[in-house]
Amino acid sequence: MGIRIALAGNPNCGKTTLFNALTGSNQFVGNWPGVTVEYKEGKFKGDKEVTIVDLPGIYSLSPYTLEEVVSRNYLIDEKPDAIINVIDGTNLERNLYLTTQIVELGIPVVIGINMMDVVEKNGDKINAAKLSEEIGVPVYELSALKNRGLKEIVDAAVKAGKEAKPQSPKHRFDGSVEHALAHIEELCLHNISDENVQRWYSIKLFERDEKIQEKLGLSSDVIAHIENDIASCEKEMDDDSESIITGERYNYIGTIINGCVKKASKGMTTSDKIDQIVTNRFLALPIFAVVMFLVYFVSVTTVGTWATDWANDGVFGDGWHLFAIGSADYADAADEFTANQLIVDGYDLYVEENGTEPTGDFEYPVEDEETAAVEYETATLADYEAAAAYVEANEEPDPANYGVWIPGIPVYIEAALDAINCNDVVKGLILDGIVAGVGAVLGFVPQMLVLFIFLAFLESCGYMARVAFIMDRIFRKFGLSGKSFIPMLIGTGCGVPGIMASRTIENDRDRKMTIMTTTFIPCGAKLPFIAMVAGAIFGGAAWVAPAAYFLGIFAIIVSGIMLKKTKLFAGDPAPFVMELPAYHWPTVSNVLRSMWERGWSFIKKAGTIILLSTIVVWFCTFFGVVDGAFTMLEEDQIDHSILATLGRCLAWIFIPLGFGDWEATVASITGLVAKENIVGTLAIIYGASGDVYETMRAAFTDASGFAFLAFNLLCAPCFAAMGAIKREMNNTKWFWTAIGYQCGFAWVIGLIVYQVGKVFTGEGFTFGTIFGIAAICCLVYGLFRKDKYNK
Amino acid sequence: MKTLRDVSVGETVTVAKLTGEGAVKRRIMDMGITKGVEIYVRKIAPLGDPVEITVRGYELSVRKADAEMILLKED
Repeated sequence: MGIRIALAGNPNCGKTTLFNALTGSNQFVGNWPGVTVEYKEGKFKGDKEVTIVDLPGIYSLSPYTLEEVVSRNYLIDEKPDAIINVIDGTNLERNLYLTTQIVELGIPVVIGINMMDVVEKNGDKINAAKLSEEIGVPVYELSALKNRGLKEIVDAAVKAGKEAKPQSPKHRFDGSVEHALAHIEELCLHNISDENVQRWYSIKLFERDEKIQEKLGLSSDVIAHIENDIASCEKEMDDDSESIITGERYNYIGTIINGCVKKASKGMTTSDKIDQIVTNRFLALPIFAVVMFLVYFVSVTTVGTWATDWANDGVFGDGWHLFAIGSADYADAADEFTANQLIVDGYDLYVEENGTEPTGDFEYPVEDEETAAVEYETATLADYEAAAAYVEANEEPDPANYGVWIPGIPVYIEAALDAINCNDVVKGLILDGIVAGVGAVLGFVPQMLVLFIFLAFLESCGYMARVAFIMDRIFRKFGLSGKSFIPMLIGTGCGVPGIMASRTIENDRDRKMTIMTTTFIPCGAKLPFIAMVAGAIFGGAAWVAPAAYFLGIFAIIVSGIMLKKTKLFAGDPAPFVMELPAYHWPTVSNVLRSMWERGWSFIKKAGTIILLSTIVVWFCTFFGVVDGAFTMLEEDQIDHSILATLGRCLAWIFIPLGFGDWEATVASITGLVAKENIVGTLAIIYGASGDVYETMRAAFTDASGFAFLAFNLLCAPCFAAMGAIKREMNNTKWFWTAIGYQCGFAWVIGLIVYQVGKVFTGEGFTFGTIFGIAAICCLVYGLFRKDKYNK
Repeated sequence: MKTLRDVSVGETVTVAKLTGEGAVKRRIMDMGITKGVEIYVRKIAPLGDPVEITVRGYELSVRKADAEMILLKED
């Protein structure tokens, strides 16, 4: 028979380190059903029959936080064979508070005092034997970090679990409380089969715990009867029942702890000294800025970008140079060749257009790959001669001739498919659908892993709590946590790791709000699109890019304030009473494990949705009806595609936003695969009839152009980010709520921009302006209405 | 009555009673701020809120709005 042992303890008590040390790599990580709280279980290294369940870190078994509810439901309903209560030796007083509640559950308990190495280093003394005698529970000294006492405590827990002798608490409350508890037990708990949990239930009923009242299915009659007992006790003790119980527990701990703990005379600990500098009134913000800059610089600007480029353009692209040897030489050679080739092509173009060869200087087009912007440069005939000679003499450089070239996965697959004479449709499906889809999933992982190392480090060293401490004042106004700063910062680079970074936010509502709003910030992939709109529609105006960022920040603030007041985020106000744990140096293995767990959960949970939707969009883009026959299309036949048909069907949605044509609609849909695709799609569609930028300028007015930009910046992010949202919400309803809200909000903002913008761009006051103004009024109402769900 | 909000940095005070109700109050109590406990106010966050206090031997961050619920003993 297997034995199940639950690990319970406060946050920051070293429970995760202990769990990792006990189970090694035999772990299963998931979520508790339907909630974002992490579930972890593993087999004990020393005995595979022993399953260890790591409960979320909690301070109490109150009914107010998800973590606490999940934990206590598990302990009561699933009844593990034994509980190992991990307590932090450097902070016994508060840690024992949870212990006083755990021993009431009637399940065998053993206590492990963790971090004994730190306790000894501080010169403090804990009398474990005395403590054990006082609480009536076996107590073991541990150091999860130093592998001390681990086997002993598991053996003890297994033994206790096999004996199955129910734990009963030694502690008794004040006489009048005990009196009320006895009454409650007698009145409504006599029919509970397991009499060992009766005390737990009676205390919860005394605290007026609504979740327990519901669970026991008490009639209002009985509740009213209990209320009498509680009220008379409250009157006698001059306090409310919850305060009485909490106070009594802490008083009890106070009495036992004096006899068991000897603290060395207390000077400043290292942690205190660090904190004095790090959250110093004047230095805190500069230090914060430096830390955030470092995180951003490494995980977004430098290493992160290399990692993403390597994964997307290398492994899932043409290929890459091993250790980047030869990359620079190849780039130089390729640039030189391209520059010459452009002049030669320009010359040929001139001949084609004019029918004669140029007699003097001639202009030739140079296209920017990212933004599809075309500039004209002038070449002399001498330039042409030189360029023609160069192109004649040199072949187009092949990356394989420089350094060690490793072709990308698609190259290999394409070669393999060609070798077996694969059908074009299947080849397209595999290369452009499946491989590109897998690439879209895995392409983000390297960068994400870099970021996760930082997050794991910041979390486990204790700085993350200080981030919340420093930024709380600003972010809480918008229903966000101080820790939301990091997801949003990372979101300027890429929304996918940005959303994944929201995992560090403990509070459920703050986290959901952060997930919903992070992608409003323009990410790196939206930049080419912003540049394209600025260049094509606004003649390269410098204000467009900053405006896009302001729009993002505006969207976060407005959404935060509005959503905070909706029923969606209603409920008990979230208390922000946060422990600032002592600083300590994290272990490498824990940081790496946390990094890997998060990265893997993205691949596993977000992968499917990203892959499927990429394939669907690919299919719709490259298949359609030409001359009455359903066939696979070339890239420039996109106007025959299923996607174009879909765009024509959906375009009416965008008529009020000023861009109700299929071209803009299709571009927006392809943007869901990756936002930079908007540029590519527009270039194909508008490029069919001449200059891309000129055609695009003709298709939009200033107002509709900015509305188009605004909509695409704010609407649902790319599939990869949607996958991340789904992963982090871990709930289908919340996932669709987030996507729906983002699209709806984007539409309303687009409407306002277009309809009100028209007034200012000389189109005057129209019927639609009324709707624009009405939309503004709705937003203002949403911002300033009274909050009926929260105080 | 004086509340924790009114205390300046560096002072040590004793809790007399907690006002308010529900989740916030329970959470504050669960973290060890109960009747009779001593609180040392360590510092205020650089932006003026929240405050960092020492209670029962560890550090806790409390928003000023919540600190108002903590009534103190007058000496």
